[in-house]
Amino acid sequence: MAAIYKRELRAYFQSMIGYVLTAFMVAFTGIYFMAYNLNSGYPYFSYVLSSINYILIIAVPLLTMRSFAEERKNKTDQLLLTAPVGLKDIVLGKYFAMTTVFAVPCLIYCAFPLIIKSVGTAYLKVDYLSILTFYLMGCVYIAVGMFLSSLTESQIIAAVTTVGALLLIYLWGGLVNFLPTSKVSGMIGVVVLITLAAGIIYQMTKNWMMAGVLEAAGVIVTVIVSFVKGEVFENLLVNLMNRLYIGEVFENVAINRLFDTEGIVMYLTLAVVFVFLTMQSIQKRRWS
Amino acid sequence: MIEVKNLVKKYGSHMAVDHLNFTVKSGQIYGFLGPNGAGKSTTMNIMTGYLGATEGQVLVNGHDILEEPELAKRCIGYLPEMPPLYMEMTVREYLYFAAELKKIPKKERDEQVQRVMMLVKLTDVAQRLIKNLSKGYRQRVGLAQAILGFPEIIILDEPTVGLDPKQIIEIRELIRELAKEHTVILSSHILAEIQEVCDYIMIISKGKLVASDTPENLEKMLEGQQTIELLAKGKEKAIKDIVKAVAGVKRAEYTPGNEKGTIHVSVTPKEGKDIRESVFRAFAKSDCPLLMLMHSRSTLEDVFLELTQGSSPIFNGQQKNADVNQEGKAGDTEQEGAAAEEVELVEDILMENVIRESVVDNLLEGTEKAEEVTVDGSDL
Repeated sequence: MAAIYKRELRAYFQSMIGYVLTAFMVAFTGIYFMAYNLNSGYPYFSYVLSSINYILIIAVPLLTMRSFAEERKNKTDQLLLTAPVGLKDIVLGKYFAMTTVFAVPCLIYCAFPLIIKSVGTAYLKVDYLSILTFYLMGCVYIAVGMFLSSLTESQIIAAVTTVGALLLIYLWGGLVNFLPTSKVSGMIGVVVLITLAAGIIYQMTKNWMMAGVLEAAGVIVTVIVSFVKGEVFENLLVNLMNRLYIGEVFENVAINRLFDTEGIVMYLTLAVVFVFLTMQSIQKRRWS
Repeated sequence: MIEVKNLVKKYGSHMAVDHLNFTVKSGQIYGFLGPNGAGKSTTMNIMTGYLGATEGQVLVNGHDILEEPELAKRCIGYLPEMPPLYMEMTVREYLYFAAELKKIPKKERDEQVQRVMMLVKLTDVAQRLIKNLSKGYRQRVGLAQAILGFPEIIILDEPTVGLDPKQIIEIRELIRELAKEHTVILSSHILAEIQEVCDYIMIISKGKLVASDTPENLEKMLEGQQTIELLAKGKEKAIKDIVKAVAGVKRAEYTPGNEKGTIHVSVTPKEGKDIRESVFRAFAKSDCPLLMLMHSRSTLEDVFLELTQGSSPIFNGQQKNADVNQEGKAGDTEQEGAAAEEVELVEDILMENVIRESVVDNLLEGTEKAEEVTVDGSDL
């Protein structure tokens, strides 16, 4: 893993991407910092972070698009996959290299609260926890971007799909509000989810029986529950989808000053899930 | 060393590798030979663990490539068809990275990288970025990567593609050198190369192993198909009479020669008979000028064409072949430039080596092309 980590890191700083990314993120943050903190005198740096968190939608794809797509296109993955290194080491080496590159601007951010402190009152705890959460959120985004990059040979496609996915994640909180809240729509939503699950199971096992039984059982349970205790379905969809809103954890700490340890665990879990999915997608390519 | 059992690789409904079985023993040079798209690269990719097989098993030194991948991969150095190079690295950086990937201990890395660069003659370009190197140098960097750490088995997929003749010869010498201590498996669609270097040839066609033997034994397979090519001056009828009178002739074909008033005869002798002398005497007795008399053996190329095409182009092939030799150097029994239907012969004199290149088009189903570079042994 060390070999791949070192090479990747060097590649990011030999090919300018590392510098450009750092400069871009720091300059952007600097503009907001000047406007909010220096000019308007607002003492929280976390507020700046919450305003600029959309630049991750541009910055993260820049970082992740080449990770596996380029290797596949140049066939350099042949070197890695035929070397005596496990797939886990390859994926983790690359992932940690990217999170390290992303850590550089985040470390520079750590200087901003100190600047505030030098001219007035700063809320260091909130600011540093915000930076940490911001960094971890970025790590989740990087895992998503890496996964999407492992699906394609083209860096452009990897970048565009990552922008799309991150935009969806960013807007998720707003989109969820458009979901209907009535009992019936909750039921329909649950049935749709069950059908999706059954479809995935059929895709994986090619077993009609199993998928069919699952679907039927799910629908029957839904109907029974709706008769026995129908109010369960009220607001169900919105509540369910809100749980998947990644940005909320960061907003909680940056805007509401609520540090959400459960949310941090969710971030780490999501990162692990996407790293795992990346490994699976590379495995799958070898077998098809 | 390497055992391949019942290997199958399917891409959708297309069978890229079709129930392949073979064993590779240590200390020899093995050649994978086959037309483009025969499944050579796929087989090598499976053997090195890059691709997974649909069915079957690969054992490297007793380690299954899927179950104990790290142990198995440690025994293998692999140069894929396209050298896997990182363009933004220098040669030395790249080789250090490869050494680290191969888990060569830190103390030995310096010495190993140095040694490999000496072997493939990369020392001059060690500090240059790989993206600025020419194709030949890139190929050498790929090769250096494959032999780094000196694994027991070295697998090279078309190692000489894109190299100039001098480099080809150097690489061949290097392969021979390596074979003293390592097992080398190389693939090529270039027959002469395989013939030149390998101790053992495996011919693959459409994913199947159609023959595997030493070059000599493969040539023996087609013995008895040899002919004697004659070019005589005179009337066709007179020549026919002379040939008929010779004992031991099984069959003879007559075609007008290139020059006016000459007849080209292709004589198939009865099995095991050498009729060259009696043919000469017969013509001499009739006072008929004999312009050319040539014994044409079946070459490995004929074996290759026969096995990969399924039909027998041998007879036809040798007739054309005789014409080719007549233009060049008649009596040259080394028939390495032989080809079938459409023959294009280009002679280049480069670096004091005569390179013959014959391009055989439309050999296989009218679409695939086979390219051949032959180094004339006598001029080396």
